[in-house]
Amino acid sequence: MHWAPPVSFPCPSERKENALLLSLKSLTKTYRTGDKALVSVSLDIPKGQVVALIGPSGAGKSTLIRCINRLVEPTEGQVLLDSVDITELSSSGLRRERRRMGMIFQEYALVERLTVMENVLSGRLGYVGFWRSFLRKYPQSDVDEAFRLLDRVGLLAMADKRADELSGGQRQRVGICRALIQNPSLLLVDEPTASLDPKTSRQIMRLICELCEERGLAAIINIHDVALAQMFVQRVIGLQSGSVRFDGPPTALTPDVLTEIYGEEDWQATIRKDDEEDAEAAVA
Amino acid sequence: MPVEQIADGRKVWQKRNRREQLTHWASWFAGVAVFVYCWQQISESTTWFFVWDAPRIAGDILTRATPPKWFYINELWEPIWDTLNIATLGTLLALCLAVPTAFLAARNTTPSTMIIRPIALLIIVSTRSINSLIWALLLIAIIGPGVFAGVLAIAIRSIGFCAKLLYEAIEEIDQKQVEAITATGASRWQVMAYGIVPQIMPAFAGVAVFRWDINIRESTVLGLVGAGGIGLQLSASLNVLAWPQVSLILIVILLAVILSEWVSAKVRGAII
Repeated sequence: MHWAPPVSFPCPSERKENALLLSLKSLTKTYRTGDKALVSVSLDIPKGQVVALIGPSGAGKSTLIRCINRLVEPTEGQVLLDSVDITELSSSGLRRERRRMGMIFQEYALVERLTVMENVLSGRLGYVGFWRSFLRKYPQSDVDEAFRLLDRVGLLAMADKRADELSGGQRQRVGICRALIQNPSLLLVDEPTASLDPKTSRQIMRLICELCEERGLAAIINIHDVALAQMFVQRVIGLQSGSVRFDGPPTALTPDVLTEIYGEEDWQATIRKDDEEDAEAAVA
Repeated sequence: MPVEQIADGRKVWQKRNRREQLTHWASWFAGVAVFVYCWQQISESTTWFFVWDAPRIAGDILTRATPPKWFYINELWEPIWDTLNIATLGTLLALCLAVPTAFLAARNTTPSTMIIRPIALLIIVSTRSINSLIWALLLIAIIGPGVFAGVLAIAIRSIGFCAKLLYEAIEEIDQKQVEAITATGASRWQVMAYGIVPQIMPAFAGVAVFRWDINIRESTVLGLVGAGGIGLQLSASLNVLAWPQVSLILIVILLAVILSEWVSAKVRGAII
């Protein structure tokens, strides 16, 4: 791929590529209004795989990733994370499993009035007791890790700033740190770039994918920008009206497939062509 | 419909059509008629001789009240200190009780919408609907006259006010921040401490200072019914027609209120 993984982290080739991490079995969500957000979605995601979830607004992308960590309760079906059925868990069991699923949000969802450091450390809430977290007495190892992550995303100098003083791209980096400090095996990423400008969007996507590579994380990324998705992920899943219409490598996205997912439109300009990439490589 | 098509095909737009126009004017007419009628009724039951005489009496009292009896201030230090304490302790006590009430009343934090929320709302409405003077009268009958009755009266009266404003703030928080904290695997209490509390802190501080400011004013009159504070001196002075003392007490109350306004403005400025 485009980046070389640092030596200190497990190299992708050392991982068992096919070991299953997440498995959705006929997951269905019907809202109380009767809207069917998900209709029997079944998916398997191996360890370390970065997946883009595309589809029109209202296709159920947000509902799908929220059903995985049960921010939205699925109506039927199973969510198996390393063979643990998330849908069966009691509230304390659910909290324990949520620690393994880091979540990154569209509008960052940082606690605006807390500092950057507090926001990052809030990713450890599932591991520390109430009074320790209330008094901000986090274990030194957590604080060390928070500094390491902030340094990794280039925000070390901002640790003491309040979250609402940061720019959009910086806030999303804090959001990424908060998800990573959970030490998750899976990232659930909901429209990470929808509120960002094109350049920052690319940087954020690159950062998320690099970090997944470094740490061997799997990720499900909801994304509107098809070209951006093709640039960075290994697999694309197309969702339409709550069911999976496409599941394959980014290169297999043809105008016909996009019409199937989104409806009729001229898709030629949207799809990233491989020969462009080759031409760039030749120039370099 | 405000948009109508006239003969030559052009469209005209008016804010109201003819019927709405008529109803509009009829309502105004009815309103003015009621006002005139009421004015007449009040006028008939007023002894106009006293009203015409009022400026003379007021002038008379003003001359008797000036200059204020300045050295009487030495007897006022303690009651004004009591008044400030009644207001401050009452507000603190009210906040301690209002915070849990607000969390139980807010739709997004209440443990049960069917039972607990209505109870919390009932507490808010019932404490708010009774004036602190009336609470003071009740409490004096129960626990006897004094500062403690005043503190309790102020506290009870303030619970509803503080809890109402707080629960509205809780209902208006950004739910995405709560979602994000929940997604980390945080417990219910941690979600509250990290996802909700930081968001309502400005509202909390604003409500606390605002209510303290109101309570300073309310506690100045509690003494009228015997619940401690400077109101006691005021009613005593009024009863013996000691106008120079009354004017000094009013000046002291005015200064106390100005001071509280100044403090609350400063605090609110510092928080937001």
